[in-house]
Amino acid sequence: MTARHWIPALLCLGALALATPTHLAAGPTAPPSEPLVFETPEQEARYQKLVRELRCTVCQNQNLIESNAPLASDLRRQISLMVKDGAETGEVVDYMVARYGDFVLFRPPVNRTTYLLWYGPVILLVLGLSVLGLVLWRRKSRVTSAPLSADEEERLRRLLDEDRGGQA
Amino acid sequence: MKLRFVLPLVAFFALVGLLWVGLSLDPRALPSPLIGREAPQFDLPELRDPETRFSSEQMLGTPALLNVWASWCVTCRQEHPMLAELRRAGVPVYGLNYKDTRSDALRFLTQFGDPYDAIGFDESGLVGIDWGVYATPETFLMDRNGMIRFKHIGMITPDVIQNEILPLYRKLEAES
Repeated sequence: MTARHWIPALLCLGALALATPTHLAAGPTAPPSEPLVFETPEQEARYQKLVRELRCTVCQNQNLIESNAPLASDLRRQISLMVKDGAETGEVVDYMVARYGDFVLFRPPVNRTTYLLWYGPVILLVLGLSVLGLVLWRRKSRVTSAPLSADEEERLRRLLDEDRGGQA
Repeated sequence: MKLRFVLPLVAFFALVGLLWVGLSLDPRALPSPLIGREAPQFDLPELRDPETRFSSEQMLGTPALLNVWASWCVTCRQEHPMLAELRRAGVPVYGLNYKDTRSDALRFLTQFGDPYDAIGFDESGLVGIDWGVYATPETFLMDRNGMIRFKHIGMITPDVIQNEILPLYRKLEAES
């Protein structure tokens, strides 16, 4: 590669490094975490479920296990301590919701503010299906014509006969 | 037959309205579940004087601000003069030094000034978790009974001081 190629490439990399928002996820880098040891496999499973269902509030689109943010690692440590102390899943979730609100839940609770979120898609589906049904029903009713009158019957029979005669 | 044209139009504008509202919301502004509740209690070593303690009870009696900050937080540096401004306006300003080292935090104060009445040194960040802190700086306004009445996430600007913090502080001050 010539200088003409790699200088823009370097500039792009530099811009990327600068553009990374540092203040939001900022914090001292998390210390390397020691491996977690749980007394029972059941505790371990509960911990794993929790860190996957709770959202990292700093990075927002990651759960606690995926996130490298220092806050996420603090929260993971906190949850592991609670689980080791024998806290039930619900207790840990309540602890988190009390501090960070419903936002920490990847599966939001069903309440007055989330009715639309939970039932909206079903309502939309029902609405869409009924519109589709209405359109199809209207189209069908338009195509079905009135029964032929006696005159028309007679004419149709004659035409069919003629046709058959021509073929023979 | 008119319905055929009106319905899609209505649907279109409904969608535009929905997206308009949805896209203008700030996804980072999480409403704090703590607002309207009693402030979480803590008892921490004082940052500047490790021999003494700073507990949440010390903030009771008058309305007070608690500002969560750290020396590694760039926005806190920009925000710092605003705290001095609030202090000058008579608002008690307390600090929660979040996940910092004592020497870095003290250097920060020497460099940028020290507007705080007292600072709790929350090295582990556990008190921060109790207060639902997720990104510094965050600032809480409590009434005289220690009830959290307002939270501002991110930098305090002159605008926030004039339109939000000071009017609410005066109101809380007048409450008996």
